[in-house]
Amino acid sequence: MTVSEMQPLEALHIPNPPAAKRFKLGLSDAATLTHRDLLVWFRNPAFIFFTIIQPIMFVLLFRYVFGGAIPVHVPGGYVNFLMPGIIAQSAAFASFGTAISLARQLQKGVIDRYRAMPMARSAVLLGRLAADTLRLTVTVLVILGVGYAVGFRFNNGVLPAVIMMIFGVAFGVVICTVSAYVGLAIKDEESVGSFGLVWLFPLTFVSAAFVPVQSMPGWLQAFANNQPVTIVIDEMRALALGGPLALHAWQSVVWLVGIAAVFVPLAVRAYRRAN
Amino acid sequence: MNSPKSSTTWNGPAIFVENVHKSFGEVQALRGIDLVVERGKVLGMLGPNGAGKTTAVKILTTLLRPDKGRVLVEGRDALRSPAAVREIIGLAGQSTAIQEELTGRENLEIMGRLYHIDPSTRTKRASELLERFDLLDAADRPAKGYSGGMQRRLDLALSLVALPQVLFLDEPTTGLDPRSRLGMWEVIRDLVSTGTTLLLTTQYLEEADELADEIVVIDHGQVIAAGTARQLKNKIGGDVVEFEVVDRERLGEAAEAVGSLSEAEPQIDPESSRVSLRVGDNGSHSLVETVRRLDAIGIHTEDLGIRRPSLDDVFLALTGHGAEEPEQATSRSRRKAGPRNR
Ligand SMILES: Nc1ncnc2c1ncn2[C@@H]1O[C@H](COP(=O)(O)OP(=O)(O)OP(=O)(O)O)[C@@H](O)[C@H]1O
Ligand SMILES: [Mg+2]
Repeated sequence: MTVSEMQPLEALHIPNPPAAKRFKLGLSDAATLTHRDLLVWFRNPAFIFFTIIQPIMFVLLFRYVFGGAIPVHVPGGYVNFLMPGIIAQSAAFASFGTAISLARQLQKGVIDRYRAMPMARSAVLLGRLAADTLRLTVTVLVILGVGYAVGFRFNNGVLPAVIMMIFGVAFGVVICTVSAYVGLAIKDEESVGSFGLVWLFPLTFVSAAFVPVQSMPGWLQAFANNQPVTIVIDEMRALALGGPLALHAWQSVVWLVGIAAVFVPLAVRAYRRAN
Repeated sequence: MNSPKSSTTWNGPAIFVENVHKSFGEVQALRGIDLVVERGKVLGMLGPNGAGKTTAVKILTTLLRPDKGRVLVEGRDALRSPAAVREIIGLAGQSTAIQEELTGRENLEIMGRLYHIDPSTRTKRASELLERFDLLDAADRPAKGYSGGMQRRLDLALSLVALPQVLFLDEPTTGLDPRSRLGMWEVIRDLVSTGTTLLLTTQYLEEADELADEIVVIDHGQVIAAGTARQLKNKIGGDVVEFEVVDRERLGEAAEAVGSLSEAEPQIDPESSRVSLRVGDNGSHSLVETVRRLDAIGIHTEDLGIRRPSLDDVFLALTGHGAEEPEQATSRSRRKAGPRNR
């Protein structure tokens, strides 16, 4: 029988499940994928390297190789100045993994498979961000541990110290949302690996992460002083070492929330259209 | 047409595709495709590189929206209620979607969780699938170490976790060595014997012949022929009876004796001492008759048998190019498409 000889067919009407149920299933899907990502990481030596070894190397390099040449005016000297910067920089570069992994899943057809399943559209992204949060927490704790061993000290009390760590992790997760979008939009693992994240270099190095902004030429200072990485790092520094908090605090929060508010929907849209 | 029914029973075909068009910029990947697959049947979609097979599968599995046309899977509209379609389908795409760092069992377990299957059922089902696909020994090793054939089988198993009513397999054996291909065929045959409706794409004529109840041949985004393998073969002239005459001297005599059975002039190949007859639909009768006549005049034969024209012949007759020379077939659309990044 050919299509043209057939009686007209009327499609079944199948209502969507209620929103509350969909929401619950969506969270469960995200949790499943978080679990999957964690399992994958534990089997992957490269993951241990990027999460633990590389941040340790950076702390030691900056502390002992560059540290002596960079004059700073904070209590405790360069190691105290360095610590918030290195946390932010490591957290930002950790988002490499997010971009590469999503591009690879796209390229290999894993995401196509998920998109043909009754699964929430945002689950892959949320699951990944949740796993990233855990990973970034480990990285931040490792950096602080090594930092303590080479002379870093919090000297503004326990609660600000905890908030500082939360800022570090939150900053990393927000950068991960940008990288997630980049990975899903570029779609090609190799391209993502070679140029997908070049924007991270000016953003993290032309900032207050490793040197005082005042040491840069004037035209660079204008950028460095007003970009989100500097603002977040200044806030973290104030939390760790003492200093005026309020201004940078709300600016940081606005930046972080704003970036996520732009890039999460963009990433979800790229996932939905990925083809 | 406008009053939606809330019924969930469907008596129509499992797959219904009407006049589906899809373009990527300049490239017309599908140019008005119609398909009907009855429940429990296997449709083989046969076509060279770039014919539009993957595009059709992606539209049926809600991964792409057609520019035009209608798609129903078990009565569920892939355009208006894609979520309902996703509930009942399984897909194994052209590249495998397994997580290589995880073991076969873990891959299945995670799929089961994503389909919201309760824990005890999904554990049981994972074991069943591992056993059925001959992966039990490797079940707890990372899939990275699996052979190509094992990875394909695991990938197929993953698409079956939720017991789909309609299954889509996009070139399930491409890239497999002949032995793994035979293994895969066995698995697929076993699967359809349980009543799953299957749409399978392939570039291998033999594969469609082996596995499919019905075949559609597509080329340049259009269905150029449809029917059973048998019907397609009959299209180009039915069966062939062929034999070798032991005594070369009597070749002409043999051909004369059976010549009236052939619809066309009997083909005589003196070199191999073979005669072949095109016997149309009367295959077995003609075969018996050939034996009888040759026997009556005392001619000894070897290797006497009946052969169907291969689907390769069909492809050649339908498209003017063989199925095994896809480059020629698609160079036009390929060039227009430019580099693809997938
Ligand atoms: N995302 C896309 N963007 C642009 N062109 C595309 C895209 N996907 C497919 N095409 C083009 O559409 C045509 C049909 O492609 P499709 O992948 O459906 O073919 P196929 O029959 O599956 O081929 P193969 O046997 O190589 O898998 C080709 O010309 C291809 O280049
Ligand atoms: Mg294809």
